[in-house]
Amino acid sequence: MTPAVPAMPGLTLTSIGQGFWRLLPLSMFVVVFGLAYGLAAVQTGLTPVQTVFMSFAVFAGTAQFAALELWGAQVPIIPLLITTFAINARHLLMGASLYPWLKQVPATQRYGSLLVMSDANWAMTLNDCQQGKPNLGMLVGGGLALWVTWMGGTLLGMTFGNLIANPARFGLDMVMGCFMLSMVFGGRKNLRMLLVWCVAAVTGWLAYLYLPENTHVVAGAIGGGLVGLFWLERAPEKATGEAEA
Amino acid sequence: MMATDGINGLMVIVLMGAVTLLTRFGGVLVMSVVPINRRVESFINAMSGSVLIAILVPVAVEGDVAARMALLATAGVMLALRRPMPAIAAGIAVAAGWRYLM
Repeated sequence: MTPAVPAMPGLTLTSIGQGFWRLLPLSMFVVVFGLAYGLAAVQTGLTPVQTVFMSFAVFAGTAQFAALELWGAQVPIIPLLITTFAINARHLLMGASLYPWLKQVPATQRYGSLLVMSDANWAMTLNDCQQGKPNLGMLVGGGLALWVTWMGGTLLGMTFGNLIANPARFGLDMVMGCFMLSMVFGGRKNLRMLLVWCVAAVTGWLAYLYLPENTHVVAGAIGGGLVGLFWLERAPEKATGEAEA
Repeated sequence: MMATDGINGLMVIVLMGAVTLLTRFGGVLVMSVVPINRRVESFINAMSGSVLIAILVPVAVEGDVAARMALLATAGVMLALRRPMPAIAAGIAVAAGWRYLM
């Protein structure tokens, strides 16, 4: 039986405004990450227009950092797009978790609000929904707050980055790596994840040594993903006793 | 391979944006046809962390000692405090300090 879902009210300007102001304080942290991205993008050699346009159009920090890692005079487009997909695949799960509420609103509002779905505004929206106070304005307004601060941070970092002659001296070449590692360790940590990471590291490294250039990211993603495919997280408590599909 | 100068680079970014948009829409699109099961969810979760690890491995193995120390510092602070901001700051500080002193 599916639990009863409280009705999701349609989108209003007021609710978008509320969502925006609710997430704005937290979004200030996003300025710092945007700054780090802007800085790293300048070091990598993206033009100012490209740097800002990436934040504008992609609006997904980790994937943008990963793109910089592959960026050069030429970019391997297929590995880049697969990497982008793999990093952002969590959006699939985020969107799916909101489906019971999103299906109640018109398609324009449903997909319009998904345009700005990011980790923080998704988490707050899902929390509201599960507490019986579904509010699409949180997703949209919060997303706009994140987007504005992400763009602002990018501009700051770009300006700042142009002023520094030797970024490695200040450890700034490590911004990207440290950012990505902190994202890895921010997730759940248990024996299963440890195995996932080890398999990803080993397959990634072997591919780096023996397979064509730039395939190591995809190889590592698939290697680690396969561990997840065969070793499932323990079922949530409430699911026990119900028939397993 | 695709060139990244000027408008070509913007094209690459447009493609990246399109793929990202697909992930933002995809979950809801798929759910309207068939529910995402636990196994697929587990695969996606494991994969998204694995990509980052795979990107980092060459940085860790082929980088200088300062780079490795920076990653270690980030990992350590992240495990202790669970906050990305201090963890990243620690990594950068260690890299800068190591290069200054060694």
